Amino acid sequence: MRLERRTQPSARALLLAPLAAVAFTLAVTSLLVLWAGAPVGRAYALLLEGGFGSRFALTETLTRATPLILTGLAAAMAFRARLYNIGAEGQLYAGALAAVAVGGLHGGTGFELAPALLFPLMIGAAMLAGALLLLGPALLKSRLGVDEVVSTLLLNFVVLLVVSALLDGPMKDPSAMGWPQSVALQDALQLDRLIERSRVHTGLVAALVLAVALWALLRFTTLGFEIRALGSGPRAAAFAGLPVARTGVVVALLSGALAGLAGAVEVAGRAGYVTLDMSPGYGMSGIVIAMLAMLNPLAVVAAAVFVAGVFVGADSMSRAVTVPTFVADVIVAVALIAMLVATMLTQYRVRWGTPR
Amino acid sequence: MADTVLRLQGITKRFGSLVANDGISLALERGEVLALLGENGAGKSTLVSILFGHYVADAGTIEVFGRALPPGQPRAALAAGIGMVHQHFTLADNLSVLDNVLLGTEPLWRPSSARAAARATLRDTAARFGLAVDPDARVGELSVGERQRVEILKALFEHGTKRGARILILDEPTAVLTPQESESLFATLGRMVAEGLSIIFISHKLDEVLRVSHRIAVLRGGRLVAELPAADADTALIAEAMVGRRVAPAVKRAYALGEVVCELPAGPGSSSLQVRAGEVVAIAGVAGNGQQALAGALCGEHAPAGGGAVKVRGQPLPARPRAFVRAGVARVPEDRQAVGLVGELPVWENALLERYAEPAFARLGLRRRAPAQAHARAIVERFDVRGTEAAGLATPAAALSGGNQQKLILGRALTGGGDGRPPTLIVADQPTWGLDVGAVAYVHQQLLDACAAGAGVVLISEDLDEIFALADRIAVIHAGVLTEARPAREWTLAAIGLAMAGGGGSVRPSGETAHAA
Repeated sequence: MRLERRTQPSARALLLAPLAAVAFTLAVTSLLVLWAGAPVGRAYALLLEGGFGSRFALTETLTRATPLILTGLAAAMAFRARLYNIGAEGQLYAGALAAVAVGGLHGGTGFELAPALLFPLMIGAAMLAGALLLLGPALLKSRLGVDEVVSTLLLNFVVLLVVSALLDGPMKDPSAMGWPQSVALQDALQLDRLIERSRVHTGLVAALVLAVALWALLRFTTLGFEIRALGSGPRAAAFAGLPVARTGVVVALLSGALAGLAGAVEVAGRAGYVTLDMSPGYGMSGIVIAMLAMLNPLAVVAAAVFVAGVFVGADSMSRAVTVPTFVADVIVAVALIAMLVATMLTQYRVRWGTPR
Repeated sequence: MADTVLRLQGITKRFGSLVANDGISLALERGEVLALLGENGAGKSTLVSILFGHYVADAGTIEVFGRALPPGQPRAALAAGIGMVHQHFTLADNLSVLDNVLLGTEPLWRPSSARAAARATLRDTAARFGLAVDPDARVGELSVGERQRVEILKALFEHGTKRGARILILDEPTAVLTPQESESLFATLGRMVAEGLSIIFISHKLDEVLRVSHRIAVLRGGRLVAELPAADADTALIAEAMVGRRVAPAVKRAYALGEVVCELPAGPGSSSLQVRAGEVVAIAGVAGNGQQALAGALCGEHAPAGGGAVKVRGQPLPARPRAFVRAGVARVPEDRQAVGLVGELPVWENALLERYAEPAFARLGLRRRAPAQAHARAIVERFDVRGTEAAGLATPAAALSGGNQQKLILGRALTGGGDGRPPTLIVADQPTWGLDVGAVAYVHQQLLDACAAGAGVVLISEDLDEIFALADRIAVIHAGVLTEARPAREWTLAAIGLAMAGGGGSVRPSGETAHAA
């Protein structure tokens, strides 16, 4: 078996790749469903219905998709510039903590500021916290050549330990009966419901607006051009005189800020306080979503809704048939691998047998 | 016909709609050097790949020493006695010469290696063909010329189950050599031929092809378009056969010299460099002798090695590419695919790579698409960049052929910005490397035209033919040390070769280098 490079990938192949990847994924995971002893057709029908089939399912999926869009954008923007930010999970927690630090009720009272002022401060603090957390690894990479995959990945654990320490210490909510849980946000800072009788909040609008804005940034601005050129030809970008160092810093700040914002939105839109398990791997799923979306900000929205739907649907499926929920993790993981292979096949053609 | 060692009969190979080899028939005689010529994409590599079993021909047969060669089996060609020396060496740097040569000749399960016998064979083979090299030297410490000798020895070496090659294919063997090293290679070729070996010699340098080969075969568009004895050929005839039309070589005239447009301060042991408007100053040298650092300083990528700053029209410039571009320095980098262009981005964005942020093409951080695309279209049309017919300016730059990529880079550099000012200084690093005859003539003519229009040109090149064809003055770089630039007519080929190999010192009075040769 050999790979031959295609001279030019066709537009049809680029469109078909994600569909083929999803079809392949469902075929592979059906084996797992069979193994669990459940009927495949019914299990998938339940999965689909649980993720998208009712008003409740849809709103739950959208709620779950909101932070995923933001972490997906964080990964997509960084990966576009070849900054492999694996630390969105940590940046999300840093953002959530910063949001509570600014907008929380410490000892029963919060900062005495008008909500109209305090809200942007809270959001700003969260984005800044996420941005600064990624700035360090980005500078270490550009100045000293430290691999950012390693540094951002390890920072996740550092942040989680810090969160754990704070939730048991200065930021602990005394009224939580000993649970490690942060103080709550002021009520005035909580996000509004977007849809009645659901958990969908206005953070979804912010995520959608950001997706469009980042798409436009890449396409229409000099900064977007710099990001794309830096990502696909770093040596050529440097030779041509593009501000490589500055672009790297801007992308790091942008990516970290998006992940930090995901944390703030999750706190202000749902629980109202920080816990150690507030993110079921939103940061890592963001990487999967960015890859599924081929790093396109608009496609990130679709990929995030898909991944969220699979998770939500798997929850409801596992209640009805005897398939454990971790089948959702398998579906997402296989989808990622299938998507990567499908993307490669748009660039290469497989030839079987002896060379011809 | 006992003397025909290799016979290709009607070799045809298609890739989709492209016919890479179209009914090629060739024969190689015992004790013969056959030159295989053709532009990039003419089908040379495909033919060699078929011979080595990497591809299977759609039609045609191969006979080696009278026996049919089974198709599609890379080992069969080696076993039949065909050896190949690639342009990019395939040696392990951390092993000794002997180990490199032994690599793969002995079964892995044998507990001991017959090293003493192998060493004796290696010395014997080296002496027979005049390939002096120390068997115990580590390959990483050898010069490029010595490494090439190891590659040739590896092919000729006989040990255990491995037979020595009787047919040797050399792919662009002189591209990395000094003139003296080339001479010694040619002497080796002579000895091989005298021993009855046969050689296929692939090269772009027509003069040396005429010298070393007995017969010349020219491919064009997958067909064998000419096959003639070297004695009946001349460079113009071969070039015409390769390109399919008459190629007028760029003609160099002396242009009026103007002010000094570029000054590079002297470095440690190095001479300073000054370039006037209207002259071509060439920097000769073997690859990897500091050309990269020199070009980097002249292109504004970093400060000059000796400190100070590069001056353009008397103005010292900060070491930033944009400052150089703004000062009118047209920059053509050595590696056009990785450094010159961003392959994934479309042609029009690559055409704007150095100038996208200028007010003509961007305002308040927003790009102005229409003027930018118009600018790119003008470059593509004026410099005849082909390959954008199907997808237009949105074609990824990587989809262009090497020659057209170079035209795009050249066009971008020479066109200047929205103001249309011609360049002050051109820094061209290996501008014709790997290009075919037609594209080479085009690039040369563009450089000379810009020179006539008042630009100074710094030409960094490993190709001495190119240097003598274009340069008014020549400096030589060796181990990072740049000699004084002296008028081209004061240099002999021998003197340049000596300086390229590090003889002749750095900065000496002009008579002495020539004398030492």
